[in-house]
Amino acid sequence: MIKIGVPSKGRLMEKTFDWFGARGVTLRLSGAEREYAGRVDGIDGVELVLLSAGEIPRELAAGRIHLGVTGSDLVREKLADWPSQVAELAPLGFGHADLIIAVPVAWIDVDTLDDLDAAAAAFRKTHGFRLRIATKYHRLVRDFLTIHGVADYQLIDSQGATEGTVKNLTAEAIADITSSGETLRANHLKVLSDAAIHASQAVLFLSHAADWTADSQMALAALAAKLHIMVPKT
Amino acid sequence: MRNTGQERVLSDRLAAWFTEQGATLVEADILLPAETLLDLYGEDIRARAYMTLDPVQGEMMLRPDFTVPVVQQHMAGGADPATYAYSGPVFRKQTHRGDRPSEYHQAGIEIFRRDEPEESDARVFALIDSVLRENGLSLRPVTGDIGILMAAVRGLATSDRRKQALLRHIWRPQRFRALLDRFSGRAPLPAARKHLLDRLAKGSPADLIAQAGTFTGLRSEEEIMVRAQALTEDAQTPPLNAPEAALLYDLLSLQAPSRAALHHLRGIAPMLPAITPAVDRFAARLDALAAQGIATETLPFEASHGRTSLEYYDGFVFSFHADDPALPPVASGGRYDALTAVLGQGRSIPAVGGVIRAGLMARLMGNQS
Repeated sequence: MIKIGVPSKGRLMEKTFDWFGARGVTLRLSGAEREYAGRVDGIDGVELVLLSAGEIPRELAAGRIHLGVTGSDLVREKLADWPSQVAELAPLGFGHADLIIAVPVAWIDVDTLDDLDAAAAAFRKTHGFRLRIATKYHRLVRDFLTIHGVADYQLIDSQGATEGTVKNLTAEAIADITSSGETLRANHLKVLSDAAIHASQAVLFLSHAADWTADSQMALAALAAKLHIMVPKT
Repeated sequence: MRNTGQERVLSDRLAAWFTEQGATLVEADILLPAETLLDLYGEDIRARAYMTLDPVQGEMMLRPDFTVPVVQQHMAGGADPATYAYSGPVFRKQTHRGDRPSEYHQAGIEIFRRDEPEESDARVFALIDSVLRENGLSLRPVTGDIGILMAAVRGLATSDRRKQALLRHIWRPQRFRALLDRFSGRAPLPAARKHLLDRLAKGSPADLIAQAGTFTGLRSEEEIMVRAQALTEDAQTPPLNAPEAALLYDLLSLQAPSRAALHHLRGIAPMLPAITPAVDRFAARLDALAAQGIATETLPFEASHGRTSLEYYDGFVFSFHADDPALPPVASGGRYDALTAVLGQGRSIPAVGGVIRAGLMARLMGNQS
């Protein structure tokens, strides 16, 4: 028996169900409405576990589920050295969003990371503290800015309505995921031209830490054959 | 499994040995106010140090190294000159999986002394070299001198703004290199910058800001205009002259035994006269090291050694390495004169120090016996 973790609500869940359904594996909710229980038809030995998308990386890392569907951004953000903990089995082609850095449109002098770095240096001199970037993607943003040699900034935690932090004067810039950019424009922000931190989409991941018994490896092989995907050695 | 008892015993023994050589043993708090460290290191330290929140004292940090608290103690009223030794655990988050511990013991020595800085440099290096040898370890030393690089940048025939930009990124080799490539005309102006300059040439910054849309945020219109003006001025700054740029590139990649490196630097000093005082200090340090019994003919020198973003060294730098390149340095240190000014609230004193990773040293000693 292998366990597959799938987002428990919303478009991510529906699209995941569609993706599997198109390949002959039917995932569905079972039991009463609003009860987080699911079933899998069309293949044996696979159990559906409904989880919050944000918890799926941790469940994969702990090996409590064998497979899981979640955003590639969340895995990179939440798991240290993610390739050593999980493998990407298949990109699912939905849930597209880009993790970007955005600044006020009025910053006519800032288009690139180079500009952001220079503006941060001047900002610190003028205001006595480091330029604040609001985000919930601390690891991805910090690693990206370190690699590109941006200094004199600080990350401010923002778990929601991040685009509003600039107007509310709790941050000078933001790093967040965007799909259409509409929310950014509505909040008078523009995207830096060279700060595409990560292009995210929903991905089917495999946990290296899960208990891969002979049984579960057979179930995985059968599932992979139905889905037409390659599996790495577990 | 690490033997933390053995690690602590060795660390304390190393500090005791430093005190036998004339150092005063000092203690430092494990729980430190985060503000000073955050101010010094920025976001980088947040990724590496353990932070916690105290209901009264605010953000606190588990000691990531001894240097900052020891400097603060000294600046608050230490003897002048002074030599300190210490031993205890430090805490660093490991962002990668693997067997590097996030809590480990450091034993170290710091010298605060105004005269003959090269003597102090040599003394710290020689003390660490000798205690490693006494314990049966023959490690590979590497030395460098960030002061030479800084002097070369300060001596460039270009605008102060460009020099400041290079100096600010001296510890970030990739960024430094990108700036140098641009300032010397080796890399083309990025398309986005060219586009921006074209727009700035057409309208006043104030008009452009007004046209851009609704103004938001704390960074003021004036700050934006000041930088826009700076960009326009910088676009008119001519590139570094080719021979000067070539010398700087040459300097960045200089790796040679110390005496050969000195010979090379003496050779380029007439074309880059600003480095002469720093090269003189390098020469004096080599003599001081030789007087301490260090073989300076073979001592490896790398001009770019020690340029990592978490450090604050601005002169002599050194480290000692085991054969396995996956291991962190067993010992490392350097001169940090500017740090004492930052922490000294107007006062400063030249300082140099070094630390030994006692746990790693114990492991290597165990492997050998």
